[in-house]
Amino acid sequence: MLVLAGVAVIVIGFALRLNPLAVVVASAITTGLLARIDILGVIAMLGHAFVANRFIAIAWLVLPVIGLLERGGIRERARTLILRLRGATTGRVLIAYMFIRQVAASLGLTALGGHAQMVRPVVAPMAEAAAERDGPLDPVMRDHIRANAAAVDNIGVFFGEDVFVAIGSILLIKGFLEQNGIIVTPPQLAVWAIPTAIMAFFIHATRLWLLDRRLARRKPV
Amino acid sequence: MIGLDAVYVLLGVMFAAFAVSHALDRSWRSALFWGCFAVLVGAGSRLPDIANGLLVIVLAVLAVMGVRPAPVATTDEQARTQSAAKLGNRLFLPALTIPAITLAGTFLLPLVKANGAPMVDPKQVTLISLAIGAVVGLAFTTVLLRAPITTAMREGRRLVDAIGWAAVLPQALAALGGIFAIAGVGKIVAQLATGYIPMTEPLVAVVVYTTGMAMFTIVMGNAFAAFPVMTAGIGLPLIVGKFGGDPVIMSAVGMLSGFCGTLLTPMAANFNIVPAAVLELKDRNAVIKVQAPTAFLLLFANTALMALFVFHR
Repeated sequence: MLVLAGVAVIVIGFALRLNPLAVVVASAITTGLLARIDILGVIAMLGHAFVANRFIAIAWLVLPVIGLLERGGIRERARTLILRLRGATTGRVLIAYMFIRQVAASLGLTALGGHAQMVRPVVAPMAEAAAERDGPLDPVMRDHIRANAAAVDNIGVFFGEDVFVAIGSILLIKGFLEQNGIIVTPPQLAVWAIPTAIMAFFIHATRLWLLDRRLARRKPV
Repeated sequence: MIGLDAVYVLLGVMFAAFAVSHALDRSWRSALFWGCFAVLVGAGSRLPDIANGLLVIVLAVLAVMGVRPAPVATTDEQARTQSAAKLGNRLFLPALTIPAITLAGTFLLPLVKANGAPMVDPKQVTLISLAIGAVVGLAFTTVLLRAPITTAMREGRRLVDAIGWAAVLPQALAALGGIFAIAGVGKIVAQLATGYIPMTEPLVAVVVYTTGMAMFTIVMGNAFAAFPVMTAGIGLPLIVGKFGGDPVIMSAVGMLSGFCGTLLTPMAANFNIVPAAVLELKDRNAVIKVQAPTAFLLLFANTALMALFVFHR
């Protein structure tokens, strides 16, 4: 029961808006100490676990490419393309990206997209440009549109990938059920991801349509 | 056999280059921060655990102090607009090269054999392909823009400075998840969830299971951690065992209910906190706030879906 103090450290630290990296490290040390591991052992455990999860950082290898493309004007080019498309609105741009991301993920192509790779250089500038056609954006609305661009990337991939039979979560379910004596095949599981995939798309697309209405009501300055 | 070790060296070299660039600009704290991270990713497996642990603590302390990077000299908007007009849609090609090579490599690399053994570790092909894609994309972009590699590293540093400590957070959270597992946090949370709610009605069991998946995911930041605990605690004994539900529908929809929790939690930093940093948003919870209504509606929809179909075979 006492080890739950580590969870409490996280909740309180995040609620107080302390630096999340420090909060996480403090929670790790608290949890380890309360599990009766000595301080040197806890630090070693933290180091071991951190290095064991290095694979997460591999995605940052794209930073020099994206930075250089921004220098070359990729964001400006993305804006120009959208301004040429007359019917393009912020909501429609984001719905189209969410659709592509979700369909690609359902075919196992989860690598197609991502916040650093696609949203920052291409999707967010397009969504902003579509809104700016009716007049300048204030910083709050600009941030709101960018947050929406990040959200469609997440929602598209989360509720698309489980339709693919060889994705990690499907294999995890299959393995877990097998350990408990229930044999299922990945396609059986993937089929039951389809209703949620469709509902996720329509729920979020409706919200993006409402965002468009909100943007349209914004009177030109 | 080529494994992830080569990729980690490459990653370490890139972060070391960011650190050197900071040192040249005399932003010492940033140089130290990215230098420590470069050592952790590039050489962590060759160092004793205790040294790695101390480096992680240095990162956390520097994050609290603030790393205050010096601004990077880059091009202005006018130059970028001119460059965009000149290069046109060719600018998108390198960005598309990365996913194209990642996908092609994932399918093709396992087929490459040397002396009958696979040349590339088959378990890691996707990450290795991503690294190859990033290197090829970088070579392509430097040729397209006629820019030296040092410019690419400076532009990369500009982005990593904008992201800051958030770039390290997902890895720290994954480490925390490992420590939670050793300390048995998951089991205790599951006991709390399952111990206090009387589940004599099938519908109650379904509601507790789906919302439990979401809430557990919010705490742990990962639906994969929540699934075995909640399914062993409620799903299999009650929904399947006691009430005769279908394990396939229960598991598939249960996992997706967990994903609704992922949309709601700063613990899933990779999806929620990092993009706020990548897009330079003022509010670090802005992405979660945008996702929240969708997450709640979809959790409700998932619960209804399971309640309607799980008991009809």
